[in-house]
Amino acid sequence: MRWMWIDRFLEFKRGKRAVAIKCVALTEEQIDNYCPGYPHMPNSLIVEGMAQTGGLLAGEVNQFLERVVLAKIGKVVFHDVARPGDTLRYTAEIQDLKPDGCILHVSSHIGDKLQAEVEMVLAHLDQRFEGVDLFEPADFLRMLRLFGVYDVGIDEQGQPLTPPPHMLAAEHAFNLTAP
Amino acid sequence: MPPSNEEVFEKVRTALVDALGVDDDEVQPESTIIGDLGAESIDFLDIVFRLEKSFGIEIPRSELTPEDVLTNPAYVQDGKVTPEGIAEIKRRMPFADLSKFEANPVVTEFGNLLTVNDLCRFVESKVQDR
Repeated sequence: MRWMWIDRFLEFKRGKRAVAIKCVALTEEQIDNYCPGYPHMPNSLIVEGMAQTGGLLAGEVNQFLERVVLAKIGKVVFHDVARPGDTLRYTAEIQDLKPDGCILHVSSHIGDKLQAEVEMVLAHLDQRFEGVDLFEPADFLRMLRLFGVYDVGIDEQGQPLTPPPHMLAAEHAFNLTAP
Repeated sequence: MPPSNEEVFEKVRTALVDALGVDDDEVQPESTIIGDLGAESIDFLDIVFRLEKSFGIEIPRSELTPEDVLTNPAYVQDGKVTPEGIAEIKRRMPFADLSKFEANPVVTEFGNLLTVNDLCRFVESKVQDR
């Protein structure tokens, strides 16, 4: 199982804002096992989904060449629990973007109701983590396509986003060697 | 009109309380940001963001924490910052009181240098340059 805690992007505006959804289903192990008798989505995994929404938004700004990691949760408030059948809608907005990281505000809604809100700091791994690769580029691009980033994503001019050249090259090389 | 010293301190205090999750009364002028308030490296990104927003200023990270000097072999020998390194830090951080650090310039002790007062002086200089 991949560590994917969002299902699809609905909106993706380069360097500004992204909206992703996560459908909560009773068939998911973590829903049933986390708190037996009271099935709900663990808050920690909701935060992970919010961080993935924001992390991909932040990473795209630099063509996914920076290695973006969740560094700090400044503040988090949960207003409600997410139950099977709910669809969580995560909205990430970049507050500040610097060479060494990014500050984001991310909210989670169920319908019109605010479910959670988080202030988070994402960091770019620096030279101390030389040689540490978080993703293989072809695999990463497959995930971005699966999330619909290139179906809904737009750049600063409102033009459709396209995958970065290094990822397309890796995908091409992978396809050539695939059985 | 530039903010008064008290206004600067209160805004800096708010930024530190929000970024570090400490209590108001823990943030005193002489408190060291890393040693007393427990800030870690990544917290400075958060602190800088809050100060920039609160005061309408821009803060290059290298002006607040000269990590590149402290990790540069040209400025560090046997775990201590050389006189050239001290001079570079003074040039970068004219707002900081380096007298204690100069007496024993061990790199690992640098974190205990920057105080809330230093941060206030730094912000005041940035507000004046605005």
